[in-house]
Amino acid sequence: MLLRIKNLRTHYRISDGIVKAVDGVSLYIKEDEVFGLAGESGCGKSTLIRTIMRLIPQTAIVSADEMSFRGQDLLSFSDKEYRDQILWGEISLVPQSAMNSLNPVYRVGNQIVEALQAHTDITKSEAMDRTERLFKGVGLQPQLTRNYPHEFSGGMRQRAMIAMSLALDPSLIIMDEPTTGLDVLVQERILRELKEIRKKKKTPTSIFLITHDISVIAEMSDRIGIMYAGRIMEQADALELFNEPYHPYTLGLKNAFPSIRALDRELISIPGSPPNLLEDIPGCLFAFRCPFVIPECREARPPDLEVKPDHFVACIRTDHVEAFRKLAGDKKTWQSSKSTT
Amino acid sequence: MKLETIKEFFLSQYRIIISNRFGIFGGVIILFFCLVGLFAPLIAPHQPWDMLRDAAGKLAILQAPSLQFPMGTTAMGRDIFSQMVFATRTTVIIGLVSGMISILIGANMGLLSGYYGGKLDEILMRFTDIIYGMPFLPFLIVLIALFGRSLWFVIIAICCIVWRTSARVIRAQTLAIKQRQFILAARARGCSNFRIIYGHIMPNIMPLLLLYTAFNIAWSVLAEAGASFLGFGDPNNLSWGGMLYNLWISGKIRTAWWWFAPPAICIVLLVSALVFVSRAYEEAANPRLRQR
Repeated sequence: MLLRIKNLRTHYRISDGIVKAVDGVSLYIKEDEVFGLAGESGCGKSTLIRTIMRLIPQTAIVSADEMSFRGQDLLSFSDKEYRDQILWGEISLVPQSAMNSLNPVYRVGNQIVEALQAHTDITKSEAMDRTERLFKGVGLQPQLTRNYPHEFSGGMRQRAMIAMSLALDPSLIIMDEPTTGLDVLVQERILRELKEIRKKKKTPTSIFLITHDISVIAEMSDRIGIMYAGRIMEQADALELFNEPYHPYTLGLKNAFPSIRALDRELISIPGSPPNLLEDIPGCLFAFRCPFVIPECREARPPDLEVKPDHFVACIRTDHVEAFRKLAGDKKTWQSSKSTT
Repeated sequence: MKLETIKEFFLSQYRIIISNRFGIFGGVIILFFCLVGLFAPLIAPHQPWDMLRDAAGKLAILQAPSLQFPMGTTAMGRDIFSQMVFATRTTVIIGLVSGMISILIGANMGLLSGYYGGKLDEILMRFTDIIYGMPFLPFLIVLIALFGRSLWFVIIAICCIVWRTSARVIRAQTLAIKQRQFILAARARGCSNFRIIYGHIMPNIMPLLLLYTAFNIAWSVLAEAGASFLGFGDPNNLSWGGMLYNLWISGKIRTAWWWFAPPAICIVLLVSALVFVSRAYEEAANPRLRQR
């Protein structure tokens, strides 16, 4: 097991109270797999990865039952140890909007050289050679290392960021919205190249892919998690999640995306909006929008039920799932839920 | 490689300055004064305190400019041209040293306070507020009353006061740069705080930093001239302000125009040259100004 997180909470204290941005997330990422995490904007995806990378402000309150990387307890690391031993060397990040993630005053290559030299004792010319090889690996011409970020297009910057994340051969790469802001052709090419890079690498690399774009997740991932309001609602093998979803939220999401097999199918969105993360909600966070809600749903947090091996669902009504799947395809089901909220 | 980056740095500064007509003008004047200061003993025909005699053997008191004395003489028969040359040296030293030290203090205060925020920010900025409340001249007078008149106390007094504006402005700019995505990316790469502050934030505020360096030097020159004119300068190191002070106490300020004009013109020239150069930097820092 590469990364294991149990019951992680990241709360921000603000003047109006406590924002529970991440509230009890449990997940694991195996060696050599792509784990995709999907969720709408503001559901805590970015906070989750920033917590893993320790990039959150000091005012945030983080707690977890377990957070381990290859068996090492990550919570016991000091910030400096974390920086020296984990960051970039073991876990690297392709940040959200890679467009703006390069320092405008340095040549792109030098920024990778800087990262290489900060973590290893190779000489500058060796680091430069390696940077050029990395550039070739992601489909950029080696002489582009001498250019400045503003001379790059969006796709090129994205590639440069991916090259940078690969620099120290990490075992886990976290990609936060790696293709947002790119047109579909570039997006497709980058995703395909990512797959090839993974295939070519000698050491296995896992990818933790975070996006709101279900199609990217579907294309890339081995396993998928669906996040909602700071919790993971359902996580399962990619095919299984699309073919046999359990959670009503997953069912709703499936309706909201066009399917290539049924082009004339009407898209149904989930009415309502996510709950205010400032409020203390005792029950299921999806209960306000769920068409299958029963009073028990609002009483206590549903536990992560393992309905099948490696398939977890945070819902107490999984035994009625057959009926739900039938009803979820009907637009009226979702409209009626709107009237109850 | 290291040398190349330094060369590149100076080349880019050169380009910023010559991109603007005022910048060229300012740069030439500053360079001129620096050279005069550097080669003062070679340029000056006499020592600044020598009492000189004219061809007839009489003490050359208050002589108007002539071939022998190109800028005339003082009430004590001293050559004003030589005094000007040596005073340039003092003024340039005070300007550069206190300008540099104050930007060093101000920039670090601003960077640290803006980057770390929280309690450190609160402490440093309240300290800056206190300095904002300190008037320059009374502070200098107290310093001189305690330790005596010296070049270094003038420099210290200027440094203690001038950094405050740059600290605030650089803090504000740091706050803006800190939020940019590439700082987060640098932190994810495992960069230490030190590296982020001086390796990633500082280069991005370089034009502003240089703008305030020019401002601080200009302010230091003015402050020194003011202090010296009031008699708080170092008596052993003549400066332009000190020459005006000597003129004032000699009581000949209404008649000896040749004594009054050179230091006054030079002060105005040097300060405006610095402001012109800082304008060139302002344009580099804020491209919107270029459209006009």
